[in-house]
Amino acid sequence: MSEPLLQAVDLQCERDDRELFRALNFTIAAGTLTRVEGPNGSGKTTLLRILAGLNDSFSGRLLWQGEPRDARREEFLRNLLYIGHRPGIKPLLTPIENLRGLLAGRQQVADTVLRQALEGTGLAGYQDVPCRNLSAGQQRRVALARLLISDEPLWILDEAFTALDFHGVEGLERLLVERAANGGAVVVTTHHDLRLPDIHRIVLGATAVAGDHGATCQQAGEAHAH
Amino acid sequence: MPTDSSVRVRPLTAGPGVMAAMVAVVRRDLQASFRQRQDLLNPLLFFIMVVTLFPLGVSPEVSFLQQAGTGILWVAALLATLLSLDHLYRHDFDDGTLEQLMLQPQPLYLLILAKVLAHWLVTGLPLVLLAPLLGVMVHLEGNSIGILCLTLLIGTPVLSLIGSIGAALTLGLRSGGVLLSLLIIPLYIPVLIFGTGTVAAAAEGAPVSAYIALMGAFLVLALTLAPFASAAALRISMSNS
Repeated sequence: MSEPLLQAVDLQCERDDRELFRALNFTIAAGTLTRVEGPNGSGKTTLLRILAGLNDSFSGRLLWQGEPRDARREEFLRNLLYIGHRPGIKPLLTPIENLRGLLAGRQQVADTVLRQALEGTGLAGYQDVPCRNLSAGQQRRVALARLLISDEPLWILDEAFTALDFHGVEGLERLLVERAANGGAVVVTTHHDLRLPDIHRIVLGATAVAGDHGATCQQAGEAHAH
Repeated sequence: MPTDSSVRVRPLTAGPGVMAAMVAVVRRDLQASFRQRQDLLNPLLFFIMVVTLFPLGVSPEVSFLQQAGTGILWVAALLATLLSLDHLYRHDFDDGTLEQLMLQPQPLYLLILAKVLAHWLVTGLPLVLLAPLLGVMVHLEGNSIGILCLTLLIGTPVLSLIGSIGAALTLGLRSGGVLLSLLIIPLYIPVLIFGTGTVAAAAEGAPVSAYIALMGAFLVLALTLAPFASAAALRISMSNS
């Protein structure tokens, strides 16, 4: 396997005087699928936002291809596709306009490609309908259409499977596996029961349940069949 | 969801330039604004109402209005801008597009500048364009109206730029409106003083180039520093959300 894209060293994060995790070490290598696990409130979203660079309130080091991430921020962001809880879709704009806006600074993509991507996510015929008239699942699909076009090697997807129907979930699972097989790195959180082989796991909040404050991390490197 | 499985994924080193990203931000913001017209009209209507109600409430006499007219227009423009500021980042924050903006590989400084430009185009610029009409209504002389428009043209971008700092700082708060006003109004005062001072000087026949130069200095200062401050404020708000 190739060198790690992203490496976390001794990450620690507190939120509202509560320690979410500490001494968290893991690597995210190209060609791997990583799932962040833990109960509600264990800091999954916070961890993903820290990795993406949206949350700066942590201690520890993050390395992008072996060098400090913040020193190579522009290059890091160029290589990152993050889709959060809030999918980044403007309700007043149509799916096509939304995608155009989201991709303008990242890739030059022709409108026909955008339309194909939207069709690929099952939104044929909805390309020019304002997103506020679409259902939650459909809006999610607009955001996920970016995955079909994306050339970024690192994907960070927060609650990627939320609001998707059965076929959507299946399609997305397949897409993530293919992506990893092609050399992309994928980090996801989900409560959905993923049936993916060779998935890496980062477990948060494991000891918090037992009453011990502070979550631990077990992870990385070892693959669990799920 | 089918995908082209033949392509290997590799780290990227280059992508579209800064200009393309900025143009896209402006275009998207304008598109969104024009689909939500009441948000667009609100500050304008406020501006018109204050300026029309003032003579009715205080005095419709020509001598009074000629004296107070500039101040009325400037204060109304300032408050109208303040009224529109909360929308600058709020919608983007709620729907997640702000996150995506901050994750773009281009410098956040320039992307914020593009956002403020879009904001000014839909709030500040219409105020400047309406000002001559309202200037005539409060009996300002032709020369004064020209100078008034010039000061508004230089001044309203400063208001938008300074306002973006406050809007970014109060983003994480539930009801940031009051705090936003308290934070921003003191910073607006110099712009107001020099804006109205320029027109007063012109009405007395004094040279105004020094005033205009000072306002230009305000604009340059705001252009260079406000996006930095806004970017820092946005990062703080984002970290706490």
